Amino acid sequence: MTIHATECVMRMHDDHHDLEEYQGSIPRWCSGCGDNAILAAMQKLCRNEKLRPEKTVFVSGIGCSSRFPHYMKTYGFHGIHGRALPVAEGIKLTRPDLHVFVNTGDGDCCSIGAAHWIHAVRYNMNMTLMLHDNHVYGLTKKQASPTSPKGLRSNTTPRGAYLDPLNPLTITLGVQNVSFVAQAVDWIPEVVYDILEKAFHHKGFSFVRIIQRCPEFLPDMFDAWLHDPLRTLMLTHEKGLHLSPGLTKVYKNQKEHDPLNIDRARELASITDPIPVGILYHNPEVPRYEETRLSPHLRTPEYIQAGLESELDKFTVWPDEGPAARAAA
Amino acid sequence: MNDTLTVNRLDHASSQLATASGGKPVITLAEHIVEIVSDSGEGAQRCGQSLGAIAAKMGNGVWTVEIIPAEIQPPPRSIAGASGNRVRLGSHRIDNGGDEADLVVAFNEQVLLGRVRAAELKPGCIILLESMWREHQDSKIAETYVQTHDKLAADGYRVIEIPMERECRVLVSDPRRGKNMFVLGMLMSIYSLDMRLAREQIDYAFRKKADSIVKSNIALLEAGYQWAEANLDFKYRIPATRAKEPQIVVNGNTALALGVLASGMEICAMYPITPATSASHYLSDVFEKVGGIVHQAEDEIAACAFAIGASYAGKCALTITSGPGFSLKQEALGLAVMTEVPLVVVNVQRGGPSTGQPTKAEQGDLLSACFGSHGDAPKVVMAASSIEDCFYSIITARRIAETFNMVVVVLSDSGLATSQQPFPRPRFNEAWLAPPIDQSALPTGAKPYDWDPATGIARRFVPGQPNGMHTLTGLAHDRLSHVAYDADANEEGLRYRSLKLAAVQKTLKPPPVFGAPEGDLLVIGWGSTKGAIEEAVARHQGEGRRVSSMHLRFLQPMPPGIKEVMQRFRKVMTIESNWCDRPEDPIIDETNRRYSAVAMMLRARYLVDVDCWSEVKGQSIKPGTIYRVLHAKLQEKD
Repeated sequence: MTIHATECVMRMHDDHHDLEEYQGSIPRWCSGCGDNAILAAMQKLCRNEKLRPEKTVFVSGIGCSSRFPHYMKTYGFHGIHGRALPVAEGIKLTRPDLHVFVNTGDGDCCSIGAAHWIHAVRYNMNMTLMLHDNHVYGLTKKQASPTSPKGLRSNTTPRGAYLDPLNPLTITLGVQNVSFVAQAVDWIPEVVYDILEKAFHHKGFSFVRIIQRCPEFLPDMFDAWLHDPLRTLMLTHEKGLHLSPGLTKVYKNQKEHDPLNIDRARELASITDPIPVGILYHNPEVPRYEETRLSPHLRTPEYIQAGLESELDKFTVWPDEGPAARAAA
Repeated sequence: MNDTLTVNRLDHASSQLATASGGKPVITLAEHIVEIVSDSGEGAQRCGQSLGAIAAKMGNGVWTVEIIPAEIQPPPRSIAGASGNRVRLGSHRIDNGGDEADLVVAFNEQVLLGRVRAAELKPGCIILLESMWREHQDSKIAETYVQTHDKLAADGYRVIEIPMERECRVLVSDPRRGKNMFVLGMLMSIYSLDMRLAREQIDYAFRKKADSIVKSNIALLEAGYQWAEANLDFKYRIPATRAKEPQIVVNGNTALALGVLASGMEICAMYPITPATSASHYLSDVFEKVGGIVHQAEDEIAACAFAIGASYAGKCALTITSGPGFSLKQEALGLAVMTEVPLVVVNVQRGGPSTGQPTKAEQGDLLSACFGSHGDAPKVVMAASSIEDCFYSIITARRIAETFNMVVVVLSDSGLATSQQPFPRPRFNEAWLAPPIDQSALPTGAKPYDWDPATGIARRFVPGQPNGMHTLTGLAHDRLSHVAYDADANEEGLRYRSLKLAAVQKTLKPPPVFGAPEGDLLVIGWGSTKGAIEEAVARHQGEGRRVSSMHLRFLQPMPPGIKEVMQRFRKVMTIESNWCDRPEDPIIDETNRRYSAVAMMLRARYLVDVDCWSEVKGQSIKPGTIYRVLHAKLQEKD
């Protein structure tokens, strides 16, 4: 197939987008909130990947994280608490041509939406999930979340959180059909970007947990990690994260990890201090639900009618001897 | 009271006697109700469905009702375990399961007792009873059998003992499987039905099985036929007129699923729940034939959210559920209302609240369908009133959902779900289908909620449309879909979402009145009770009483003209299968009585003193019962 030069130029023009073209309304997150780092990385990714804004959908649930779609100038679906994933799945199954991203928080994903999270891993539909994990409920003003550390004093746990936190990484890595699991921290934006880029290019369900600060309710939560780069474990690999020379110098605690090694990935995922950062698991071979389910047929009215008539035939009582006899006559 | 019910039935005065070739007199009947009951798994349901299908093919009016035990495998020979089918056959159109049965085939005396105690049998009716239990090696069983037999005989039933299993053993090694075909053969003889059609029916029913199985079932069928010819002293004929147009014979859930195929919808997201599942089973089997997908989600909420996502990005999608699932979906339904994403929700109602009666019929979800979800969440609510209506309601629902960007709830119930009735084969119409997904560029500056001031309708933006980028949100929002921080914006959204219901109402026609346009009593119903109500009303009309009825297919919005009709009757009442307080209870009075759902809505909307009567016994209300209720209402002093 050949295309005209003018069309070529027009397409290039269409495909070029400036950063502003992805910037929606002005974020209303607190200054210093980790969500801002994720937003900046994502806007940059959209621009660099030349995603057409009309072909891109950000889906979210409820919580601070879930305001994210409002700040993108793409299509967005800001739904109800915990249910971003099934909405996103419905979109993707109907429209595989759309780029689908999900923004969710530790309460939205790991508490009220936990069932959907587990099953989303199993469906392995092509989309990128960003788990904005700040270990606390922010929008409802400081309650313990499933990832809050034991002992955290919050408005619902004034004498300290009673339970050990759940680990989103080990859980995700334990689900059948897991295909991409990575972890980033908001205070290393370069890595947030690199990981989101890898996640976007993965054909399947990319689960990216981004540990982020909540300056309002847990201002000191990650101070120790911020001040001591050795408490961040950089997972590097030719098929995984590549560190820039600058980061290599600062984050000296590095480990080679092959993202295809799921057993090792599970071990690394269970380490909470130092915080592992990088691609824990990546298997591009896992089948995707939408591929399995999508109809190869064009749904023309003729096609639908043929399907319907053949079903009606099964239940029809003919006034004469039936279709065969009529055909013979 | 029962004597009034026999007008069109086994009424010996009016029946014509003829003599069959075998010398037996053949009694001509206008209609008959037969029940076949067995332990679960003995095939009585297949027998009944086959009988219904054959009679329909001959041109009889048919309505079949499944008799379903609550458990998958209830203990054998138990009163609560009766499984089977009721088949009402007529020489005219049949619109409901009718009153008490005229003839019962029972595989054991315990399941039969279940039907006797449920008052499903006509006094003195014919009972064809498997006799093997009389000689059962367990003397207790034999004793129970004899006692029950003698008691029923003493009570005036005509009990005919038949050695079904012994007769079948001549042909097959395991007579427990296959006895149902022997019974089908007997019924073919009893009702003078065409054996060629029965053989075809068996060929079809066992088409996925080996040839030898088809052959042995046909042999059993023939044996049953011959046995009845030789041993029974009665034979009936229900004159049939073959329809001029092709008819299809399906149950309500299959009709719903066929409606989904015909509507052009492409995605159905569901979670298994009784009694909605059979619609999803059938749809799962065939939806791909039209390019559709059934997605079994991880839970009810996910199914609803999935359908909303699919609808948002493409053609209108649907979710199918029953009571408890409908409750779980309520928050998500509010989201669809708020964001104005079109959605079709099918609720095949069952008994409630809570787990209630999963396999039984009830109309208890009307108010939650109309008013469910927190805040003001206007939705369109329709109710299918017949098997045929199950098919067309889905097509209508899809069109309304997509025209008005609304949630449309289609209510059915387990009475319709499992009942079968022939109706004219639908002629495909391309206008039924959803239009292609709009991917055209929107004008620059177009607003995603540019509500029309008169109708509240706004053009829906679909992802992929250039210039339409916006974030749809469950938060109160303005025309730009920006979060509404000012007070007026919230009210504006509420106004337009509500106006859309009024706009839908403007497209509706007044519901037709069954009978004279004025009179002493107007009966209003909705949903599956239509056939029974109209039968009871017709009986009164035939006896010269001034009774009419009106059946509502749209419950929200209500169509125009209802008040005018009500005002032309001296009394108005509803017949429903949802709870209303009984006026005879001592502490119930005008100030605290809870009315049935539609009665309450009619009273609130039209300020008319609408009375109600309801029965919530888990089964479809019988026309005879309604007849008596109307009779009493007519005699009540104003």
